[in-house]
Parts: sequence; C-alpha cells; structure tokens
Amino acid sequence: MVVGMTMETFLQQLINGLSLGSLYALIAIGYTMVYGILRLINFAHGDIFMMAAYFTYFGIAVFFLPWYVTFIITIGLTILLGVTIERVAYRPLRDAPKTSLLISAIGVSFLLENVATYLFSGKPQAFPEFPLLTTPFFIGGLSIQPVSIVIPIVAFILMSALLFMINKTKLGMAMRAVAVDYDTAKLMGIKINGVISSTFAIGSALAAVGAILWCMKYPSVLPLMGVVPGLKCFIAAVIGGIGNVKGAVLGGLILGFSEVLMVAFFPALTGYRDAIAFVILIIILLFLPNGLLGKKQVEKV
Amino acid sequence: MNETQNSLGAYLKLHWKTAVFLVVLLIGIGLADIFVDSYMRRLLNLCAIYVIVSLAMNLVNGFTGQFSLGQAGFMAIGAYTVAIFTVPVESRTAIFYLEPMAPFLANIQLPFVVALILGGLASVVVAFFIGSPCLRLRGDYLAIATLGFSEIIRIVFTNTQSITNGALGIKSIPTISSLWWTYGTALLIIIATILLVYSSYGRAFKSIREDEIAAEAMGVGLFKTKMTSFLIGAFFTGIGGGLFAALLGTVDPKQFYFTLTYNFLLIIVLGGMGSISGTIIASFLVTLGQEALRFLDEPMAFGLDLPIFRPGLRMVVFSFLLMIIVLFYRKGLMGTNELTWDFMAQKFQSIKKKLSRKKTSTEGGGK
Repeated sequence: MVVGMTMETFLQQLINGLSLGSLYALIAIGYTMVYGILRLINFAHGDIFMMAAYFTYFGIAVFFLPWYVTFIITIGLTILLGVTIERVAYRPLRDAPKTSLLISAIGVSFLLENVATYLFSGKPQAFPEFPLLTTPFFIGGLSIQPVSIVIPIVAFILMSALLFMINKTKLGMAMRAVAVDYDTAKLMGIKINGVISSTFAIGSALAAVGAILWCMKYPSVLPLMGVVPGLKCFIAAVIGGIGNVKGAVLGGLILGFSEVLMVAFFPALTGYRDAIAFVILIIILLFLPNGLLGKKQVEKV
Repeated sequence: MNETQNSLGAYLKLHWKTAVFLVVLLIGIGLADIFVDSYMRRLLNLCAIYVIVSLAMNLVNGFTGQFSLGQAGFMAIGAYTVAIFTVPVESRTAIFYLEPMAPFLANIQLPFVVALILGGLASVVVAFFIGSPCLRLRGDYLAIATLGFSEIIRIVFTNTQSITNGALGIKSIPTISSLWWTYGTALLIIIATILLVYSSYGRAFKSIREDEIAAEAMGVGLFKTKMTSFLIGAFFTGIGGGLFAALLGTVDPKQFYFTLTYNFLLIIVLGGMGSISGTIIASFLVTLGQEALRFLDEPMAFGLDLPIFRPGLRMVVFSFLLMIIVLFYRKGLMGTNELTWDFMAQKFQSIKKKLSRKKTSTEGGGK
C-alpha cells in the first residue's frame, strides 16, 4: 500500500492534512477556551458550527448576498447565537451541580440539531462552489486547490491574533485569571460574566470562520454535520491539553494529519476514518491524561 | 423451618402493600398480555425496554454521578449479538446476500436467552475497555469517550459486512411478542437495581456522586466502584438492546444513532437523577408521549394544512422539554426520592394540609 505512493501524492496529502487540521484547530479553540473557564464540555459547539454553515448557505445560495456581506453576517449571527446560548442555558446553572450544566449543554445541542432538521429539512443542501477557490492549480506535478492554502493561512492569522489577545490585552489577562481560579478572580473585581460572554463570542466567531472555510472545501450542509467534527475537535483539545489554546491548535493539526494520512496509506481503512480520533483519545487518556501541552491538574478540596 | 415461616410472615406483615401491589401488577401484565392488540403490545414492550435501559443509565449517571452517553452503543452490541445468534441458520444465506456470513458464525444458532445474556456480556467487555482509561481520571472524559464509542460502534457494524451484514442490517430475527419477556426482564432488573442501590455498593456509588474526594478519604476505591457501576449498567443496557432487536425483528446501524441515547437522558432527567421509581414513571411517560405526539409530524394535523406541522416538530418539542426541565425543574419528577408508601402518605398529608390551610385563609378573608 505504501509502495506506489510517490513523493507528489505524499505532499498532496500533507497539504490536505494541513487544511483539515487547521479547520479542526479553529473549532477546537472554542472547546478548549470554554472548558478552561467553565470546566464544561460545550456539546453545543459543534452545532453552533453547523448553524454557522447554514447562515453562510442562506446568505450565498438563498439570498444571493455578496460573499463579504455573507461572511460578516454569518460571523455576527454566530457570535449572537453562542452568547445567547451561554446567557440562557448556562448562566442560570452556574451554581448548579456540574451534571446539570452538562445536561443543559447536551440539551442545547439536541435542540439545535432538531430545530435545524425541522427548519431546513434533514436533506443535505449543496453549497455553491467558488471556482476561484476550488479550481486546482499545478506546481511540479502537485494539483492544489487554492482553498487548501487559504484555510491554513486564515487559520494562522486568526490564531496569532487570538494568542496576542490572550497574552497581551487586559481581556486576555482576565480570561487567564478566571481560568486559573474562578473564585479568586471574582474577588479581584474581574467581571466574570463579561469574560465568559467574550469567551463564547470568540469561540463562536472562530467556529463561524471554520464553518465558512469548511463549506468551501466540503460543499454540503446538513443538520447533523456538526456532530462528528464537534466530537473530534473536543478530542483535539484533549490531545493538546484541555484549556490550552496552543494545545488545541496542535491537537487539531495532529488529528487532521493522522486522519488524512491514514486514509492515504491504508485505503482499506477508509470506512474507519472517523474512528481514528477516538483511538487516539483512548491512547492519550491512558498515557498522557493531561495532553501534550497541558499542566497537571490537581483537584482542590 | 418454623422460624423462616415466622420471618416470612413478619416480612409480609410489614410489606403487605408492596406484596399486594406486586400481585396486582403481575395480574395486570397477564391480562394485558391476553387482551391487548398488537400495536399496544409493541408499545408496552417498548416501554419495558426503555425502563431497563433508563434504569441502567440512571445507575451510572444518577446514582454514581459518572456521565456516560454510550447507551445507544451498548444497546447496539446487545441487539446485534441477539440478531447474529438467533437468526435461523437456513435463512442466513438469504439475508447475507451481498457477502456470506463469516464461516465461524454461519452455523451457530443459540437459544434466545443465551444470546440475550451473551449480548449483555459483550457490552460488559466493551465497557471495560472504555472505562479503564476514562474512569481513572476525574472529569468528563467519560461523556465524550462513550458518545464517541457509540458513533464508532455504528461505523464498525456498518463496515463488518460478513458479521453484521453492514448497512443492510439483519432481518427476520425471531420476534418475541409476549409481554412476559420484556416485563419479566424489567422486573428482574428493577429488583436487582433496588437491591444494589440499597447495598453497601449502592452507598459507595452515592458517596462518589456526592463527593469523590470525601469518598476516597473514607476508603471507597474510586476506580473499582465506578467500574462496577459502569459495567453493571452496560450489562443491563446490552440486555435491553437484545430485547429491542427481538421486539423489532430487525436491526440495522441507523437504529442506534446517538440521538437514541438522548431519549434515555430525557427520561432520567424527567424522572429524577437518582430515583428508580422516577425513572420507571418517566420511561412510560416519554415512550407513550412520543407515540401520542406523533401528530406533530403530520402535515394534516387537526384536518388543517398548517405549515408548522411537519416532520421534526416532535423532536423539537422533546428537546425543548429537556431544556425546560434542566433549567427550571432540575430535580425532575422525583428528585432522589422514591415512590414508597411512606412518601405517598407524606405527599397526601401535605396536600391535605395545604388545602385545609387555603380553606381557613379564604374563610378568614371572608370575615
């Protein structure tokens, strides 16, 4: 199987892996930031991603808005959705047992999936192609879709901006403080609700960009499209060390590469493509439960 | 001999209401089994299966506080085990027409009970492999790993054509129609759960739910206890899945989509996380409710062509219900209480008191 793979196809797969991994990284950041601050698996994040894909679809294919208007509206609506979910479904349960919060997150996810199925029907909708982005160009025997290059570049710019925000600005400092110690941060006068809302806003905005880019590469939208990417991106966050933004990026890339390369090297395993993330999860939990870049977590009494 | 008779007499004296209730219940099931039509029979059977699976889920999620979302996956394992081992050998070539059944399985046919238990045990084995990395850690990894597992198991069953017949599924499984199979199993599992929850194991489960660190300090072996609960839950769920396969007579990977798990989640949240009787009540409410609200998916409900009634509305209602319960009635119907005779007497008393107080207050206002 490995024989017969030329250098070109290998490079080609690497580029595919890079763009898929960058998409995973964009979504994984949303999981890791929310988990870092609220210690909550935001099950709805994958469905926020799905809704963003529908917003894009409606903007471009139904209302025929120019692409830049659609993108701005999509990002705006997705941020609104993410912040509203936090406000309505998570904030009232801030002091409730953690299980209730988790159930609420699952409930939101389930509700979004069902509402999307009800409103948009369960059938996949074809997303219009962008010839400019999908017509491949050739470099030395490699055929590359421009979108495969655009995705990592956009992702890289956004992640750098995010890291700058977290490390250099006041809001970022407040986020880090809340993540380290929720109660102390509160006592120090940090406006917890504002910090949490902005965390959800940032996570949702990245998921929206992820969804836009995703639709360019995989042009089809359906109500359950967020489930499997959502699960995988949470796993990516765990691989990198949950709560750590750089870790989420690293985890996303690892997952993207391993998925693409596994299918390339072992075509017989194509059917099991979605399974590899979970195999990696089990291995990581067994041997490196804090992830690659995570700190050891100590539970306090 | 005399002594045991005495103690039995004393026991009956103490629990005569429960004994009468059980006898009435058994007669009720017997009568239903004779008189009920096939549609209602199927629905009642489904209720019993939902009781089994929800109870197993509540044991892990409600009593032990470990968030497992693998119910659909464990059910799939139980269901496929029953399907593979009970389909008559002579009809197998017709079912597996794309690719013949693997030779090591093709000629094995087991009695239903054996296949059912085998399905439960297969779930236990798989649960052990998921549980051993996840239950060692504090945190919510179990939720994501079990949800992931139930997706994987579907992928695996879709791809193992020669064992599970892939996406085509397995048809003509010998069906059960008598209510006794499902209700008998459900009763056994309810009794087993009650005995378990009120044993020292059950107390260890609850101590982990309340406070892991305190439980560990008191000498509860965290990993072992969580694992016990998780494995028992998986066993019951596998059995539930086996009954499900035998009820429907056909299995295919699509039946075990992870959204199936959310039904059970709704049930245990509605009934009360940590209440056996609450789970049983909620299982009936949700199963019958889902059937009763089917008209929401029909475009022509109420004889009018209302555009809001179309496929999917029913599930929107149910997911909305889940949100409402979690946000506003977090304890569900029963909280962690049980519907015992004492509990009912207490409720009755408090309602009576409230009514009489209202009466006096209105009388006072009149003067």
